[in-house]
Amino acid sequence: MWYRSASFVLDRQRVRNDPVPNPDTLSISPPPSSMADTLQNLNPKTNVSAYYQTRAAHHGVVTSDWLAQAQAAVGRSSEDEGMLRESDVGVAGGKAFSVIDEFNSWRKQPDLAEAVAAIRALAAVIRNSQATTMMELEIELKRASDSLKSSDTTSISLTASCDLFMRYVTRTSALEYEDFNSARSRLIERSEKFGEISYKARRIIAMLSQDFIFDGCTILVHGFSRVVLEVLKTAAQNKKLFRVLCTEGRPDRTGLRLSNELAKLDVPVKLLIDSAVAYSMDEVDMVFVGADGVVESGGIINMMGTYQIALVAHSMNKPVYVAAESYKFARLYPLDQKDMAPAPRPIDFGVPIPDKVEVETSARDYTPPQYLTLLFTDLGVLTPSVVSDELIQLYM
Amino acid sequence: MDPRRAPRSVIDPKVRRVGFFTGTGQMLPSSAPFADLSSSPSVGKSLSPVMIPPPRHPSDTLSSSPVRRSSMAAAAVDSLAVGSYNASELLPGTSPSGRARNPELSDDLGASPGRSKRSPAFASSSVPASGLTTVSVVNLHPEKAVSASVEVQLDRTTTSKSLKERTSKAERRALQEAQRAAKAKGSKAPTTASGVVTSANVKSAKPSKIVSQKNDSGPVATPEKKGIDRPSEKDRKKDVPHPRMQYDDTSRVEKAKKRAVVKQTEARNRVELFRHLPQYELGTQLPDLEAKFFQLEPMHPAVCKVGLQYLSGDICGGNARCVAMLQAFQEVIKDYSTPSEKTLSRDLTAKVSCYVSFFIQCRPLSISMGNAIRFLKNSIAKLPLTLSESESKASLHLDIERFINEKIILADKVIVKHAVTKINDGDVLLTYGLSSAVEMLLLHAHELGKQFRVVVVDSRPKLEGKLLLRRLVGRGLSCTYTHINAVSYIMHEVTRVFLGAASVLTNGTVFSRVGTASIAMVADAFRVPVLVCCEAYKFHERVQLDSICSNELGDPDAISKVYGSRDINVLDHWANSENLQLLNLMYDAMPSDYVSMIITDYGMVPSTSVPVIVREYRGEHIWM
Repeated sequence: MWYRSASFVLDRQRVRNDPVPNPDTLSISPPPSSMADTLQNLNPKTNVSAYYQTRAAHHGVVTSDWLAQAQAAVGRSSEDEGMLRESDVGVAGGKAFSVIDEFNSWRKQPDLAEAVAAIRALAAVIRNSQATTMMELEIELKRASDSLKSSDTTSISLTASCDLFMRYVTRTSALEYEDFNSARSRLIERSEKFGEISYKARRIIAMLSQDFIFDGCTILVHGFSRVVLEVLKTAAQNKKLFRVLCTEGRPDRTGLRLSNELAKLDVPVKLLIDSAVAYSMDEVDMVFVGADGVVESGGIINMMGTYQIALVAHSMNKPVYVAAESYKFARLYPLDQKDMAPAPRPIDFGVPIPDKVEVETSARDYTPPQYLTLLFTDLGVLTPSVVSDELIQLYM
Repeated sequence: MDPRRAPRSVIDPKVRRVGFFTGTGQMLPSSAPFADLSSSPSVGKSLSPVMIPPPRHPSDTLSSSPVRRSSMAAAAVDSLAVGSYNASELLPGTSPSGRARNPELSDDLGASPGRSKRSPAFASSSVPASGLTTVSVVNLHPEKAVSASVEVQLDRTTTSKSLKERTSKAERRALQEAQRAAKAKGSKAPTTASGVVTSANVKSAKPSKIVSQKNDSGPVATPEKKGIDRPSEKDRKKDVPHPRMQYDDTSRVEKAKKRAVVKQTEARNRVELFRHLPQYELGTQLPDLEAKFFQLEPMHPAVCKVGLQYLSGDICGGNARCVAMLQAFQEVIKDYSTPSEKTLSRDLTAKVSCYVSFFIQCRPLSISMGNAIRFLKNSIAKLPLTLSESESKASLHLDIERFINEKIILADKVIVKHAVTKINDGDVLLTYGLSSAVEMLLLHAHELGKQFRVVVVDSRPKLEGKLLLRRLVGRGLSCTYTHINAVSYIMHEVTRVFLGAASVLTNGTVFSRVGTASIAMVADAFRVPVLVCCEAYKFHERVQLDSICSNELGDPDAISKVYGSRDINVLDHWANSENLQLLNLMYDAMPSDYVSMIITDYGMVPSTSVPVIVREYRGEHIWM
C-alpha cells in the first residue's frame, strides 16, 4: 500500500522548508536482551495477550526504573549492531534462527511500531535464508510469517504487516525479472525502509488531519496512539488553539501518558475517568482515536472503550475520526464484539477480587463502521467503506 | 370472445395507479375507433404503406346501440389484455382467434360506436404514454387518419358476446389509448400479422386475447411489415426478448409471442403494479409443446429439455438453472456445425440468442443466467478467426466447463471456507428457504465438528425449506423448523442469519427469494448479523431500489391452494372474481443496510464493496 500513499502532503510540506526529521534516528538494531527478559517474565504462557503486554510496557505510566532500562538500552544499541552481524554469521554455523525471537526482540523497542518489528523480523529471515531461488525464499518467508502470526494472534498489525509483506514479495512483478541476488537485496532494502515508511505514514496522517482541527475546538482522545499524538503535536506546532480531553484509559492508564506528552506541548489537557465520557461529550467537538487494526468492514479494533465512546459520540452527532496507518488494514471481518481472537490482559483493581467474581479481561473492542466518520490514513482521508475497497485491491 | 377474459376490463379501473401502471385494460375503446380499420391480420398486412382511409359512413355510426358498444368494448378489452404502454404497437399483434371472429364484429364496429360518441372528448382527455398522469392534452389529427384506416380492419373484428360493462370507463380508456396510439404512431411496429397466422392453429386450442387491430401507423407502415410468414433466423435473433422485457408493452409482447415456441397462457386478474412482468398459467404448455416438438426445427433437444425443466419447475435455484443451461449449451456446441457461407462466431451467437429466447419464454432468466450467457457470448466473440471449427468448439466447451467449475463449484467451496469461520460453537444459525451455498456451509461446519443449531425458516408456497431440513436432519444436525410467521419469535435466540441470494446488485441490494428481506429486517431489528452467501458471478452492475421493477411472478394458484387441507378452499374459483388479484412474487430486494456481510468467492466484504468487486472482476469474469 505504501506505493500509493498520499505522500504529496509531505512533499508540499517539504516545499515549505519544513525539515522532515530524519527517520534513520530509529535504530535498526534489536534492543538488548535484558529488557526482553523482563518482558518475557511479564508474559508467562498464560492467557495474556502478548501484544497488550508489550503495549502496557511501552505506554504505561513511565516509571523511573523503566526509564533507566530504556536509557541503558539506547546506550548499548550500537554495540548490539556488531553482535547482530556476528549472530547472522552464527546462524549459518548452527544456531537455529527463530523469527519469533527476532520479532520479540524488535518489539521491545518502545518507539517501533509493531508492524515495523514484524517486517524487520522477516527481513532477518531473508538475510539468514540460504534459498537460492525466489520460490524457495518465498516458501521460507511464508513459513516464517505464518509462525510469526501464530505466535501472537492478538496483534492485528502484526498479522496485517506480515500479509502485506508477503503480498509485496509475491506480487511485485519487478522481482520476477531480476536475478535472485538483486531481488533479495531489494527485499531487504524494502524491509529496512519500512520503519521509515511507517514514520512517514504518521507524518502524512498528521498533515491530512490538520484541516479538520479548527481553532477553539475540543478534542476527545482515547488511549495512547502514536499517530494521534503526532496529529495533535502537529496541530500544536501549527499554532492551532485547541483543547484536549484525555480519558484515563484504565487499566493501562495510557491516557495519563498521553496527557503527559500533551502537557509538555503546552496543550490544555483535561483528564477524565473513562466513565465520564458521556458526561463531557457535549463540550466535545470531535473524537480522535487510533486503531490497533482497521478491519474489512471499515470498522476498527481498538483499545477497550472505543466502542462506547463512538456510540456516545454518534448519538450526540459528534464526528469520530480514526487515525491509522494503512499497514493496519487487516483482512478481518468481525461481526460483533465476541467475533475476534480474544486478547485478555490482567487488570489490577487495587483490591483483591474474590474468586467467585469473574473479571472481563478483554483488552479491545470492535467499533462498527457506522459509528465512524472518517479514517485518516496515509492513503488519504477515507470513509469507512473505502477500507474494504483498498483491501480488495491489495489482496485480490 | 372468451368469456373468461371479460372481467379484466373491470378490474383495471379499480386499481390505484402507481408506478408501473399500464394501459392494458384501457385500450379497448380505442380499439373501437381503430377497429374499423383492417382488423384481420391479413387485411392489415396488405395495406399499402400509404393508406387511403376508406370513408366512414355516418349511418354506421348512428346505428350502434349502447349495448353493442359496451359489448364491443368488453371484447376489445379482453383482446387487449396483453398489456402495453403503447397502443399503436399493439395493434398488429393480432391473434388468430380474433381473425376468426372478425366477420361478426364488422357490422357493429363499422358503426364505430365509441367514436361517434366520443369525438369531442378526444380533444380534451388523454393518457400520456407513460401512463403516469391521467390528464393531458392530445393532438387529434393522427388519430383521425388512423381511425379511418381502421375501419377496414374492423370489418372482420367481432364480438358475439355481450357483457355488461362499464362502458363509460371503458370508453374513456379507449380515448386515452387512441391518443396514446396516436402519439406512438411514429414508432411503427415491424411485426406482422402473418406471423400470428402461422401459430394460429396452435393457439386456437386455448382462446386467448385477440385484438384485431391494425397498426394505426398505416401511412408510415413499412414494406417489411408485410408478408413475412416465417421469421427468418435473423429476425429471430433480433427479436430475442430482452431479459427484462416490459410485459405490459403489448406490441413487444406480441412480437415475442409470435416467435415463441412455448405458448404461455397469461394468467388473469393480474395485480396492476406488476403488469410489466409476465405471468403465465401453469400447466397449459406441455401438451402444446409436445405437439409442436417436431416443428421446432432450430431447437436443440438438450435446450428443449432444459427449457421444459425450467417450465415445470424441475430445475430451480440460481446455480442449478445456470449449470443446466450451460450444459445444454455444451451439447449444442458439440452438435453444432457451421452452415456454409456463415462464420461460426456469428452464427453460433445467433443460435445461442435464439435458445436464450426460448429459455426466457419458459421462465424469465435469472441474473446468474444472464451473466453466464454474457460470458458465453463473449467467449464466442473472442474466438480467434484462425481457429478451425473443431478447435473453436473444443475451446468453447472448455470455457464453459471452466466457468462452471471456477465460478460456481469452486466459488461455493471458497464461500463455505470463508463462512465457516463465522460459525462458532454454541451458535444458533437461522436460514431461510433453500440455498445451495448455505446448505453446503451448514453441512461442512457440521463435518468440522462445530456444535451449533440450525433454525430453518420456511414459507409458503414453495416450502423449499423442507428439502433443506430433510438433508440437514439426515446428516444429524439439530434443527428447528418454523414458518416465516414465527420469525420474530425465534429471532431472539439466533446468533447468525445465513442467507442465499439470487443476485447482489451494485448498491448492495440483495435480490433473493421472496421473504428473505423480511427475515433480514427482523434480524436487523434484533441486532443479529445477517450474512449473505453469494457467488461473485451473480453480482450485477444494475441498481435497484425496490422489488417491483424487476421481478418474477409465480403461479397465482400456488398461493390460493393449500395442499392437504380440504377446508381451506375459499379461493377455489378466485379467477372468476373480478375484484381479486393474487400476487405470487418470486423475489424481493433487501436493502444493503440489513446486510452485515456478503460472503463471496473473493472473500468477506461489506455490502458497500460490491461495486469494487463488480468493477475489478467484471472483466476477468467475462474474459475469463
